Amino acid sequence: MDHAATPLADLPLDELIVCPQCDATYRLRRPGHGERATCSRCHTPLITPRRNAGLQIIAVSLAAFVLIIGATIFPFLRIDAAGTSNAVSILDAALAFGGPMILLSLITAALIVFIPLMRAMLTLYVLIPVVLDRPPARHAITAFRISEGLRPWSMAEVFAIGCAVALVKVVDLADVEFGPAFYMFGALVLLIIAQDRFLCKWSVWQSLEHPKKS
Amino acid sequence: MVGMAVSGTPEKILSARELGLVACTRCAKPWPLGTPTCGRCGHRLTSRDRMSLQRVWALWLVGLMCYIPANIYPMLKTRTLFQVDESTIIGGAVELAQYGNWGIAFIILFASVAIPLGKFLAVAFLALSVQRGLTTSQRQRHFLYEVVEYIGRWSMIDIFVVAILSSLVQLKTLATINPGTASVFFALSVIFTMLAAQAFDSRMIWDAQAKDEGSNHND
Repeated sequence: MDHAATPLADLPLDELIVCPQCDATYRLRRPGHGERATCSRCHTPLITPRRNAGLQIIAVSLAAFVLIIGATIFPFLRIDAAGTSNAVSILDAALAFGGPMILLSLITAALIVFIPLMRAMLTLYVLIPVVLDRPPARHAITAFRISEGLRPWSMAEVFAIGCAVALVKVVDLADVEFGPAFYMFGALVLLIIAQDRFLCKWSVWQSLEHPKKS
Repeated sequence: MVGMAVSGTPEKILSARELGLVACTRCAKPWPLGTPTCGRCGHRLTSRDRMSLQRVWALWLVGLMCYIPANIYPMLKTRTLFQVDESTIIGGAVELAQYGNWGIAFIILFASVAIPLGKFLAVAFLALSVQRGLTTSQRQRHFLYEVVEYIGRWSMIDIFVVAILSSLVQLKTLATINPGTASVFFALSVIFTMLAAQAFDSRMIWDAQAKDEGSNHND
């Protein structure tokens, strides 16, 4: 770029990028293939492009969407002890806090099932038009904003560790059987981690701001 | 990995504020100082949110207040054929350790005691350091902030364990497990400390650094 010598203050705003974590301002320089742009002060990733990232994220989100629904409906765990047995789905587990603790049930259900589900749907809604080079969907900006805001509240992987701990506690008490939902959930956790790792927020904002005209 | 600054030209890092700009903390786009909302993503723009410290302290305090009953009341009520057992968070972990499950006892203690306490201390330290205008160890403090942001949600493990146990172990007369009062307080404590960490404006850690030269460790 021929702007290389221009002081930051004289550059047009479109050619600047600011680290959202520490406010350091940089001249915008798109990383090449296999590169990541990070803030050189606080090491926050700024631009993390990947080849075909859009398509990969769509595939992953679609799979996550199907798996969340499957994992919620099918039996998750089942225990047997001295002739008595009990089988639960993930939704049963999330709604375990009954009576006066119903609010907590709603929170856990949201953290484990509904927020991951909503993020998968919002991601599909935002990214499908972008990847197909269409103009962005209506309210795509709001949708992506909500999706990003919900990111820390999507706790499927925390629930997975919780499962492991709970199983160790129950194994002494009774025989435990894994239902189909258990394996679906295992796969889901990996997908959700992938979904977050592939996504370059900056690229999405950029393409929502400057949609390709076709 | 490439640093954003063009390599080979070690220039002083300027903050958007020093350049007369205000950046969107959600989508990283700069705007002239005084712009109310980001024209790209609609996020509210504030150059430095001094009020954020008040919000941090308020949420921090609520989180701490919830954490106390979370440790006093029972987390789990276990009823087996002959006995009813109510265990607190720490009590439950100690019990597990007595049965030889050291690993699990460690996970519970780490996620439910060490992480929450560490978070209270870390958030308080960060807020105080900004209030006092501390100018050293920005890099370390920023790292601490990122750790706090990342690790907060993992405290929910114990809530999920209680949820799974109390839905699964419902074996009529043989054994039942039910959630105790502490679970509500514990969940609220985790949520409020997460909100406190989110309310913290990490850009303030770096503000005093402006004059500090040699901050450019570029690869």
